[in-house]
Amino acid sequence: MAKKILMCGNEVLAEAAIIAGCRFYAGYPITPQNELPAYMSKRMPEVGGIFIQAESEISAINMVFGASLRGARAMTSSSSPGISLKQEGISYLAGCELPALIVNIMRGGPGLGNIAPSQSDYFQATRGGGHGDYRQIVLAPASLQEIADLTMLSFDLADKYRTPVMILGDGILGQMMEPVELASRLETQDSRQKKDWILDGCKGRKPRIIRSLLLGKGELEELNNRLQRRYKEIKDKEVRCEILYGDDSDVMLVAYGTTSRICSNVVKDLRARGKKVGLVRPVSLWPFPEKQLKELAERVKSFLVVEMSCGQMIEDVKLSIECKRPVHFYGRSGGEVPAEDEIIREVEKIA
Amino acid sequence: MREDIIFAGFGGQGIMLMGKAISYAAMSSGKFVTWMPSYGAEVRGGTAHSMVIISDSYIGSPIVRDPSIGVVMNKPSLTKFESKVRKGGLLVINKSITGTGSTRDDIDILEIPATEMASGLGNLRAANMIALGAILARREILPVQALMDSLEFVIPESRHPMIPLNREAIKKGYEYDPC
Repeated sequence: MAKKILMCGNEVLAEAAIIAGCRFYAGYPITPQNELPAYMSKRMPEVGGIFIQAESEISAINMVFGASLRGARAMTSSSSPGISLKQEGISYLAGCELPALIVNIMRGGPGLGNIAPSQSDYFQATRGGGHGDYRQIVLAPASLQEIADLTMLSFDLADKYRTPVMILGDGILGQMMEPVELASRLETQDSRQKKDWILDGCKGRKPRIIRSLLLGKGELEELNNRLQRRYKEIKDKEVRCEILYGDDSDVMLVAYGTTSRICSNVVKDLRARGKKVGLVRPVSLWPFPEKQLKELAERVKSFLVVEMSCGQMIEDVKLSIECKRPVHFYGRSGGEVPAEDEIIREVEKIA
Repeated sequence: MREDIIFAGFGGQGIMLMGKAISYAAMSSGKFVTWMPSYGAEVRGGTAHSMVIISDSYIGSPIVRDPSIGVVMNKPSLTKFESKVRKGGLLVINKSITGTGSTRDDIDILEIPATEMASGLGNLRAANMIALGAILARREILPVQALMDSLEFVIPESRHPMIPLNREAIKKGYEYDPC
């Protein structure tokens, strides 16, 4: 077992990416994720990788595009306003079937908002964000250990499905420290050997082309059909979620990331007082744990969705359970973090 | 066991390091621990704080709203956090800088001239470690040795020559008798 260390979430994410074989990082500074590029600027030269502080977020995502089509495990990171700028590039990655990791350490919005933790980019992350019929895998860690584990997983999923993957965190997860174990993973050392579609010079073979401009009759629909088949496979195979007390709860909280940490303490407190309360924590936000929620709706009386937003994931919960049970909502926005006692009061209103 | 701690003071007083050192000591003692900095729009020379939770069980939110231990190293921090310490909690005041103490009668108050004592050791910046040592003497959170041992992991290697001084400061704070 690896030794436990203390680093902040942003640094854990960066180191985990390097362990997973990421050797290209481009980004542009923005709080609260600056420790991530700062760490990369120091570590990438040590491991023979490339760190670039680009002149803008748009430039950075397009550098990632270039590195990815050359076969590198590549990533960028930013926070909410910066992620909005990257959407065009993410759409192009999806259209060109290119793997990449995009990290969003969310802050309060809309606009420049503030630098405090938030979860108000859920819609943007899970609905595509950019233009066109595309999806990206979205993973939402709730602890620093999970940041490490999901970052490594992200690169594998991105390569396997040739799709951009987003890690959706928030200012708390980026800034906080807690003990974490970083395992080394040798199997991801050179993923480039397995990619038979990259542009690495065509000497001795037929030239390849990577593009999303498809003007020929039927070409673009063919691409979309292929993407949709892949998205279906992802929905079948890559749903991840954690359920606490799914068997005997009257009220089921639904929360991800930082909010789920707070909710798990709420569940513990209320259980100690004899209340039948549980928690669903989606780890993959897309694909969303639809089946798990639908099954729970058979025995749970109601749901309470808790978010650091004005209500975004609640729509996926309602869709998943086909509105068979009441779905309540409690959220704080603008960088405010819900306190345990606030959530407890909401539960008591319902049950 | 669970302690929710806020460390607060001027930038440059080693406020972040205080939190990191006790967090590392908590981790090596097998506790659950979270550390969270204030990362708001801080002004240079203004007040910074870090929040540490040490517990025997899982910690949800790393945000500390009503600390069981408040450590204030300057006057603005005393003003900001004095009223937030929960009833029955501990407020540690760096009397050398704050000048005044606390008038609350529902909490345990430890006034310590940490900066003066650090001056006696030859380095004003060791006041943070003196305060940490004093906390561990007042509340049995962790063995003081675990804190001493944490320093080589939380102090950057280029400053490792300062470790003996910092250990001395912890010891001095631990042995401080306010009576």
